[in-house]
Amino acid sequence: MVRQLRQARPRTVVIWTLVSLVAAAGWAVLALSRGEEVSAAWMVAAALGSYAIGYRFYSRFIAHRALGVDKRRATPAERYDDGLDYHPTDRRVLLGHHFAGISGAGPLVGPVLAAQMGYLPGTIWIIVGVIFAGAVQDMVVLFASTRRDGKSLGQIAREEIGPVGGIAAVIAIFTIMIILLAVLALVVLNALAESAWGTFSVGMTIPIALFMGFYLRYLRPGKVAEVTVIGVSLLMFVIVAGRWVANSSLGETFTLEPGTLVIWLAVYGFAASVVPVWLLLVPRDYLSTFMKIGTIGLLAAAIIITVPGLKMDAITDFASNGEGPVFAGSLFPFVFITIACGALSGFHALISSGTTPKMIQKETQVRTIGYGAMLMESSVAVMAITAACVLDPGIYFAMNAPPAVIGDTVQSASEIITSWGFTVTPDQLTAAAESVEEGSLLSRTGGAPTLALGLAAILADILGGEAMMSFWYHFAIMFEALFILTAIDAGTRVGRFILQDAIGGLHPRLAKFRSTHWWPGIWFTGAVVVGLWGGLLWIGVHDPLGGINTLFPVFGIANQLLAAVALAICTVLLVKAGRVRYAWVTGVPLVWIAIVTLTASWQKVFSGDPAVGFLARRSQYQDGIAAGELLPGARDMSDMQTIVNNATITAAITGLLAILVLVVFADAARMIVRSLRDPGSVTLQEAPFVESRLIAPAGLIATKEEKAELVAAGLGPEGGIPGQTRGGERTPEGAAE
Amino acid sequence: MNGTTAPAARTRVAGTARRVGRWLRWYLREVTGESAYDRYTARARAQDPAVRVLTRREFERMRMDARAADPQGGARCC
Repeated sequence: MVRQLRQARPRTVVIWTLVSLVAAAGWAVLALSRGEEVSAAWMVAAALGSYAIGYRFYSRFIAHRALGVDKRRATPAERYDDGLDYHPTDRRVLLGHHFAGISGAGPLVGPVLAAQMGYLPGTIWIIVGVIFAGAVQDMVVLFASTRRDGKSLGQIAREEIGPVGGIAAVIAIFTIMIILLAVLALVVLNALAESAWGTFSVGMTIPIALFMGFYLRYLRPGKVAEVTVIGVSLLMFVIVAGRWVANSSLGETFTLEPGTLVIWLAVYGFAASVVPVWLLLVPRDYLSTFMKIGTIGLLAAAIIITVPGLKMDAITDFASNGEGPVFAGSLFPFVFITIACGALSGFHALISSGTTPKMIQKETQVRTIGYGAMLMESSVAVMAITAACVLDPGIYFAMNAPPAVIGDTVQSASEIITSWGFTVTPDQLTAAAESVEEGSLLSRTGGAPTLALGLAAILADILGGEAMMSFWYHFAIMFEALFILTAIDAGTRVGRFILQDAIGGLHPRLAKFRSTHWWPGIWFTGAVVVGLWGGLLWIGVHDPLGGINTLFPVFGIANQLLAAVALAICTVLLVKAGRVRYAWVTGVPLVWIAIVTLTASWQKVFSGDPAVGFLARRSQYQDGIAAGELLPGARDMSDMQTIVNNATITAAITGLLAILVLVVFADAARMIVRSLRDPGSVTLQEAPFVESRLIAPAGLIATKEEKAELVAAGLGPEGGIPGQTRGGERTPEGAAE
Repeated sequence: MNGTTAPAARTRVAGTARRVGRWLRWYLREVTGESAYDRYTARARAQDPAVRVLTRREFERMRMDARAADPQGGARCC
């Protein structure tokens, strides 16, 4: 590779010099402008330029030097090719699958909340984080799992580190899953509460999915594209119909309180996780995937066409004083845990060690699929922070600060937010709510409504103008709610399987729990999982201080701790494989994220500031109860008690997670020391080498040499095994260019 | 376009459009999994021409059952 660089053609040198200049110009403008509106074009330049450089140079270095991807080595897809679970899948198709698997509501929500510190800290972390940590993690885990027959992260931890680290990793994964589900549900809930339009259109996705399920099962099996088109058309119709319903006598029926919605969500989550997958999960997954890709594409196009200006400051005072109303705490460590998905997300390690490694054609493709898909996810996060920052900062804070801080009238909100230095009048707040036909936008926390408003403002600029604002707003709410609901039932199901497996392993007499057909076991474990996240959701909804600012940091810590676990496993693998020289590739992001998350956990539990530390808050409110006085946020003594209880529970969860992860670290460190002292005593649990016969390009676009190789072997652009007729449809010859 | 006549250019445009259309159709069928059945039948027949090939309905049901039993089937991130 070094030789190739030395011989780089002049044209290549010119192109990459230009790309670097574009990226540098973007960063310079973003970082240096103060006090004036900055065009989103600079954001796009900084992001795309940096991604291109990271992909071209760093991911290539990792693939070929650090990991040593080997195109002569057969992947599980080639070795076990059964046409179903394992089958070599065209890299462009697999990139689509993998991206659909990793992207969800996370990259849309976190950056919106982090915007309270200004656009700059969040943007830097999203872009730098993905290049050096997030995409690296996804790619290395995908590679490790591909080398191990597509084993899951938990299995790899057990086999390569040991039973203690393995069990701690599985418990951590389960706990994190519960927190994730509760927080996602809370985001949906805050977007739907008291909004008849939103509740109706999101509720209607259930009958639409059921219809699609029946269609695929009984009417026209397998006709996915056709049923998705029907489903999406119905979806558009119910978004429009939501306005009629909200304005009719039915409006009351769909205007639900948060407490009622919790019950509905829990009932829904339980039902969805126990009914057959064809009925609800699979069809809604088609809908949400289509909506996700479609909306992201639409938003990207809208940002590039309209090039909106960023109204938020580059860095606000909340970055240093830690008194932000959206979440408390200073820039370090809290920006890095608030923005999880989009920069670095531990959850992706579960997807990268799921179905993708069983379908990849070539080891060389981990770069395109692992690293590439994560760069796409990161660009979604950049769009989300852009959407939040095009809003007037005053409106942004009015939507994201809890009622305990800004009160519940437009007058009090305007006064308090103006006192922070962001001028906003009561009329502006009322007008903003009217523009999207909502009763009020005050304290619509959770990120989803803010993103929806920003997205509506950008989309309405190119499609429909002011008149379409309310349509786009509810479109965006629906689109987020749709994939959060999909994540909820898929997540409840995955949690159920982990629990079934764990209970089944406790005692031979409980082995029945592992069965996927024994209904009492399925119902029981499903109810436990829903009970756990439902309970946490209940806490979030009834938190007098605002649930999102209490629970979102816990979610961020959980997700980033999982990333730390994944990176620790990757580092162990590199050391065990004798690649100590390159262990820094995962070691450096591991140390960084370990410092970030453990500092954040420590501060959330032990900080003396009651706004940040759970224990300090607990004793503050306990003293309040003892003295018989009401403290801010509480309306009565039972509120005071709730705050005390919530602080206790959240402190315990945060502490538990940190301890679990420290156990994994200790076990991983033990393994690393052992491998360094006596390399002969450790064995890498890789699947044996089998010579690959399959020919396929590594990148999305085949290079000249790869094309020649394909032509010589008589294969189409999708690749394959020479001389073996593959089933299914072939790529139309030459059409792939 | 210098040197080419208008009809030739039109044919070229139409040819490109057809190719793009074909590619999109192929991509959608692959991504949605619609082509899984074709892959299965081609494969089953190639292995044993006498074997009874599942009908589309049976095949899709089998796929759904497999997905329901797969602990990671359809896992979606946040």
